[in-house]
Amino acid sequence: MMEILHCTVNGKPVEVGYDLRESLLDTLRDRLGLTSVKRGCEVGECGACTVLVDGVAIDSCIYLTAWCEGKHILTVEGLQGENGELNPIQKAFIEEAAVQCGFCTPGIIMSAVEIVGSGKQYTREELRKLISGHLCRCTGYQNILNAVERAVDECHKIVGK
Amino acid sequence: MYDLTSIYRAASVADAIAALERDPQAVVIAGGSDVLIKIREGKLAGCRLVSIHGLDAELAGVKVQDSGDLDIGPLTTFHNVTFDPLIRTHVPVLGEAADMAGGPQLRAVGTIGGNVCNGVTSADTASTLMAFGAQMHVQGPDGWRVVPIDDWYKGVGKVDLRPAELLCRIVIPKANFEGWTGHYIKYAQRNAMDIATLGVSCLVKLSADKTVCEDVRLAFGVAAPTPIRSHTAEDGVRGLTVAQAAEQIGDLALQDINPRTSWRASKEFRVQLVKELSGRALLEAARKGGAQV
Repeated sequence: MMEILHCTVNGKPVEVGYDLRESLLDTLRDRLGLTSVKRGCEVGECGACTVLVDGVAIDSCIYLTAWCEGKHILTVEGLQGENGELNPIQKAFIEEAAVQCGFCTPGIIMSAVEIVGSGKQYTREELRKLISGHLCRCTGYQNILNAVERAVDECHKIVGK
Repeated sequence: MYDLTSIYRAASVADAIAALERDPQAVVIAGGSDVLIKIREGKLAGCRLVSIHGLDAELAGVKVQDSGDLDIGPLTTFHNVTFDPLIRTHVPVLGEAADMAGGPQLRAVGTIGGNVCNGVTSADTASTLMAFGAQMHVQGPDGWRVVPIDDWYKGVGKVDLRPAELLCRIVIPKANFEGWTGHYIKYAQRNAMDIATLGVSCLVKLSADKTVCEDVRLAFGVAAPTPIRSHTAEDGVRGLTVAQAAEQIGDLALQDINPRTSWRASKEFRVQLVKELSGRALLEAARKGGAQV
């Protein structure tokens, strides 16, 4: 059941053969080698496979590749700058030591990209809810929240300038 | 890779209905947050899918009809229900209920139509739609028909959809929301990514002086095999003061419910939740309506 998908992945036009039975997670990881997209629970509970589709954070494990024709998909691989430098959101995660084993990190960063991209400021409680679709079994979430809060603040400063 | 046999991507509602006529056993997939998980668990293994994903022009969005009735497209995602200005103005409690399903990524894909078409008692929007007396507008090979939500649920996982029929509009009549305020309580073990142990949605219509419940609507999820209204409780508290109604509504509701013991909670605990949460939901609904309680 092979088909060809035409879409944009991390800013680049992509044409890739895929099986109609594939999830977007399967296609991104196994065909395009984007291994920041983690295979976690595979039932839309843990958030490790979160990517942006047309700017919206979704669980790629429960999203069919067959729905992605013409869409813009963003993964952590698409965040780095022209010279390979880290995105301010990634830097915030490092600054706040928000990473332990790292498995949940790419997914949470993608949610943070959506949060920052909304251009709004949020209370800590609101941020807590906005990242509630992610499970982290290491950190206890405090540093992750600090990082997301910092990312929102820093990006606002950049925009403010 | 999902264990499915085929997927037909419908180009329109008519195309989807035609596809379902050709293959009545095919499963309709919208947002996928329910169907794909059932496939993953093996419950729908090997199924053939008809995808209505992306038919937003025909099936998504909220509008007010000329009659003043609120018209909700079933492909509207939970997220878009919550943040829709018309929902926030006319039926904010429905947006609040939709905002309690799963987590943010799930709410970005899961649809309100899927929530009521899978026939699940714990569906977060179902009890509120039940309380609002929503009308399910269904389209099939023989045209349109309207099913009151009271007649919609036919059993666990079963709704009144005949072969090749699609839910195409969810309509809340103006009289059912104008002057009403509501509150939904989801009782679960955690705040996100959990299924309701019990859900209760209460709507009230207050007297002009905001002290008496002129009318009340009460509906539950997980208090029976399907979402249910509690007419005994509604009839019993109509005309009482807000405080009296809040005190009595929980006990009255016990006559209409039939919860079961599951791994999530015992029947006894669910009974206790109905008793306790009904009054709390009524009080909060009345507060939103301006009652000083």
